[in-house]
Amino acid sequence: MNPTKQIVSGLARRQRAEKRFRLYGLIAVVLGMAFLLLLFGSIVTNGYKAFTQTYIELPIYFDPAVIDPSGERNHQTLFSADYWKLVKTAVYQKFPQVNGRKERRELTRMISEGSAYELRDQVLENPRLIGTTQHVWLAADDDIDMLMKGYIDRNLPEDERRLNDRIIGYVDSMREADAIERRFNTTFFAAGDSREPEQAGILGALMGSFLTLIVTLLLSFPIGVAAAVYLEEFAPRNHFIDLIEININNLAAVPSIIFGLLGLAIFINWFGMPRSTPVVGGLVLGLMTLPTIIIASRVSIQSVPPSIKEAALGVGASRMQAMFHHVLPIATPGMLTGTIIGMARALGETAPLLMIGMVAFIVDPPGGFTEPATALPVQIFLWSDSPERGFTERTSAAILVLLAFLIAMNAAAVYLREKVTKRF
Amino acid sequence: MSPLVLIFLLLALSSAAYFFSQRRMLRQTRNANVARLNSLPEHFGTLGAIWAGAPALLVYFVWLIFEGDILMAQVLAMLPDPESMAATRELLIGDIRNAINNPMSYQMASEEVRMAADRYHELSQTATLALTATCLSVFAICSALVLKFLTPRVRARVRVEKIIRGFLLLCSTLAIFTTVGIVLSVLFEASRFFQAVSVTEFLFGLEWSPQMAIREDQVGSSGAFGAVPLFAGTLLISFIAMLVAAPIGLMSAIYLSEYAPAKVRTAVKPMLEILAGVPTVVYGFFAAITVGPALRGFGQSVGLDVASESALAAGFVMGVMIIPFVSSISDDVITAVPQAMRDGSLGMGATNSETMRRVILPAALPGIIGGLLLAISRAIGETMIVVMAAGLSANLTANPLEAVTTVTVQIVTLLVGDQEFDSPKTLAAFALGLALFFITLVLNFIALYVVRKYREQYE
Amino acid sequence: MNTTETLAIPIPEQLDPPAVTGKVDLDLTTVGDFTVPDPRMKIRDVNVFYGQKQAIYDVNLDIGSNAVVAMIGPSGCGKTTLLRCLNRMNDTIDGCRVEGQVEMDGKNVYGRKMDPVLLRARVGMVFQKPNPFPKSIFDNVAYGPRIHGLVRDRTDLEEVVHTSLERAGLLDEVKDRLDQPGTGLSGGQQQRLCIARAIAVSPEVILMDEPCSALDPIATARIEELIGELRKNFSIAIVTHSMQQAARVSQRTAYFHLGYLVEVGSTKDIFTTPKHQLTEEYITGRFG
Repeated sequence: MNPTKQIVSGLARRQRAEKRFRLYGLIAVVLGMAFLLLLFGSIVTNGYKAFTQTYIELPIYFDPAVIDPSGERNHQTLFSADYWKLVKTAVYQKFPQVNGRKERRELTRMISEGSAYELRDQVLENPRLIGTTQHVWLAADDDIDMLMKGYIDRNLPEDERRLNDRIIGYVDSMREADAIERRFNTTFFAAGDSREPEQAGILGALMGSFLTLIVTLLLSFPIGVAAAVYLEEFAPRNHFIDLIEININNLAAVPSIIFGLLGLAIFINWFGMPRSTPVVGGLVLGLMTLPTIIIASRVSIQSVPPSIKEAALGVGASRMQAMFHHVLPIATPGMLTGTIIGMARALGETAPLLMIGMVAFIVDPPGGFTEPATALPVQIFLWSDSPERGFTERTSAAILVLLAFLIAMNAAAVYLREKVTKRF
Repeated sequence: MSPLVLIFLLLALSSAAYFFSQRRMLRQTRNANVARLNSLPEHFGTLGAIWAGAPALLVYFVWLIFEGDILMAQVLAMLPDPESMAATRELLIGDIRNAINNPMSYQMASEEVRMAADRYHELSQTATLALTATCLSVFAICSALVLKFLTPRVRARVRVEKIIRGFLLLCSTLAIFTTVGIVLSVLFEASRFFQAVSVTEFLFGLEWSPQMAIREDQVGSSGAFGAVPLFAGTLLISFIAMLVAAPIGLMSAIYLSEYAPAKVRTAVKPMLEILAGVPTVVYGFFAAITVGPALRGFGQSVGLDVASESALAAGFVMGVMIIPFVSSISDDVITAVPQAMRDGSLGMGATNSETMRRVILPAALPGIIGGLLLAISRAIGETMIVVMAAGLSANLTANPLEAVTTVTVQIVTLLVGDQEFDSPKTLAAFALGLALFFITLVLNFIALYVVRKYREQYE
Repeated sequence: MNTTETLAIPIPEQLDPPAVTGKVDLDLTTVGDFTVPDPRMKIRDVNVFYGQKQAIYDVNLDIGSNAVVAMIGPSGCGKTTLLRCLNRMNDTIDGCRVEGQVEMDGKNVYGRKMDPVLLRARVGMVFQKPNPFPKSIFDNVAYGPRIHGLVRDRTDLEEVVHTSLERAGLLDEVKDRLDQPGTGLSGGQQQRLCIARAIAVSPEVILMDEPCSALDPIATARIEELIGELRKNFSIAIVTHSMQQAARVSQRTAYFHLGYLVEVGSTKDIFTTPKHQLTEEYITGRFG
């Protein structure tokens, strides 16, 4: 039979197979994109409302009898006064029709317990407030916040809701009087962790991450670059160097949690370094990031044209001088790119930090490298465990902040890389 | 003087030595009418600074590393009856350390511990003084030696470069030290675990319930440490992850490299890479909050009982995480196959898919397998997704709709929270860590070897 | 024909087009008759662009039946580009655009109905560098018949493979090791394997893109001999750098310059009495 005819007879089937194969590929890409969208979509929709917080306006009478009975304006007295009582009085006055212990308790629960500290700080800053009445916007409790953000379904039967009809009635009446509204949530960026969602913020975790990353950078960047320089330029070809290279490649693929075990056993148990601190976290993440930086730096050194080194050697520079005066400056942007990417990875890393105890509940932002701290991804982990709807929302918001940092770092890395490619 | 001030003082003295040596060499050269120095003045300066400062700095760091242990030993020796104060020596040391570092703990500590802490403070002040004196005198002696031996005839550049080379070598050996550190730390603690629990029970036991071990007063408090359910759970979740990641990653790499127009490729590739840059804790949250409940809801609507922490949810999300990894490795491997192979096949009249399936993929197979092995190793070692979305209780099942637990989940559960370093419960985490390290090491080793051999084939 | 002189001058690769000696405005319309009595393929007014850059200008050329046409010219003159137009291998290059007509049996190769798969089965190709697949020798030759469904069973397939290897003059050397990888053969053997692979699907035309440029002189001689044999059954278009090779294997020769077909005619005429000044300068080795 004529081969052309034979080929033609199979063509339709083959073209269908071709189209099918192509379709599978397209489906795979579309699925990948869909997962990305789903991931970001679910986090954004869960989290964007956490950047606002519900506040309630109350006419607070800074009662001298409560704050400073003696009138001496003694700091200690002002500091330890019962400011919550001011809040209670103000709420009762706002809803004079409410009587009975249970109902009044419900009323005061609408205001965040952190309001007492807010008032205290105002008084300490400006003692002349005492004796006056001020209209103060105080953070609402997280349940009220959830109601205002529409997470509580008013159509549910009353006993299946977190808020009963009475409280919803209070909120609605305040809403009509413009005494309750959602404002930008400064607490989220200015406070440390808290058991109450409306008082919880990421400042402590951000500080912890920042301190940890500084230690990571100080450890891994100089050592990583030094190791890359040695391996690329000075290392003899022998089994010892092979061993080093095998080690570096393998360490790059060791699960991060193993580095956490290393930190726990060596740094904490053996060296006796303090648990839960940025310095230990930074060392562990530094060791983890080191292979990434070494590999990136080596690639960057390799990409410098050999002619540049040869030119330097040709005018009588030593190998060391050729390296440090001519090759390294050209390779620096590439090395920085690798370092930034490594740092971004370290910033998002959680598991090793769990091992060395950076999961503690820590309210105050850390002041130094050896103070107990937590880190942003660990904070996300901690909050994700909390059952309150308010924390789910804040977890997503914290993730958005973390992703914003990561995107910024990666953008910087891409920018640096583009700049380098243009030069050659 | 605090140790921190001392180190700055030493560094300042070393820089002084730098400038001094440099100028001295220039002066001597002028006086001796030497035509020129054999090295740059900076080299002499650096050499002078290193000779003068390095020994003192070395003393400083060695001292600081051992100071804590030595002082603690002295404090313990001074205590009248250390055994009565805490269950073990480690716990006692921990108590004293807390009292030293944390004023709150100090106030809450017992009389003896406070005394020990006070004593520690005294000793440490004396030690700091002694350290200062030692370091400064070492510096002085070395400076004198610099005066005597650093002459214009010393080949300063060669010596400085040798020292720098030594330093560079030291930095590159850190990778070895890290590996050794990992191996030693898990091996040491795991060996303590295996004193209490036999290796065979750990490797082949079918029951895992370490929680019982902490109730030591109970009968049968030894707990069960059979790790098979954990290995099985890890494999199940990794398997589901690979079922998601391998086809999607591979097919999207093929589509992007062979079919997609250049514009689509440049837009889609970085977006897939975003998936790789998302921290695992975010995936964990996604699995726990979105995927888990969705699967459960879907299961209910079709009459299936899906656990809220099902292996399917964790495995699925882990698969999504690994997609870009598989895709980028496959892309590398596929583009490494020479264009001549494509031309040869297309020139015969093969379609793109025939070329891909019959020529490119078989040629790229070793590389792809290596990449998949690396991906599996990632899935096995992945922690946060399973901690947040998989179960806690060991469950020996192959049903992806049930909750299973994994090696990494158990390591985290056993080590987060209060630890006692002599209970098998805590030590078990290190035994699991050892197993995890060993498995991933073997996988990585094979994978890297296969990939390297593959690359060499086309270079 | 002064071949020794041309040999003495190394042919620079990938350089800018050489400055043309003599007149600045040379007439680049084709000299000679580009048609043949019984053409297998016809190239008519073909222009090829890579993005904005034009690589081929208004080329007309016939590929004759059972004959070898050689395409010669300095580097970058577009001869490989034109060759790849004939079986649409240019489709695989991003940004490559072809205008004009390439006809086979009266049908435009670039027409909407033309399936490149079928075209490439009928117009086989042998590449510059031997590119056997990383498979066994047998599977390499069997690749085409398998994908195109040309054989019914294993016996058929073995027969096709044996015939193809025999026609490529390779059977005697490899018949004991058909299951060995094709990449293990020597360069010349690999190239003959690629030829066997190409003829296994019984194409009508075989395109050869500098098939000997990666081979040593002995292997080259064998391939040239083989081309002479193959001419009896196939139409062949060969791109070559070596004028001697063109002279030895071809009946017609086309000389290209900067994307223009400058002169075409019988090989004998081109090498003995070139009509165009550029052709003469090229074959006498004044540039190239």
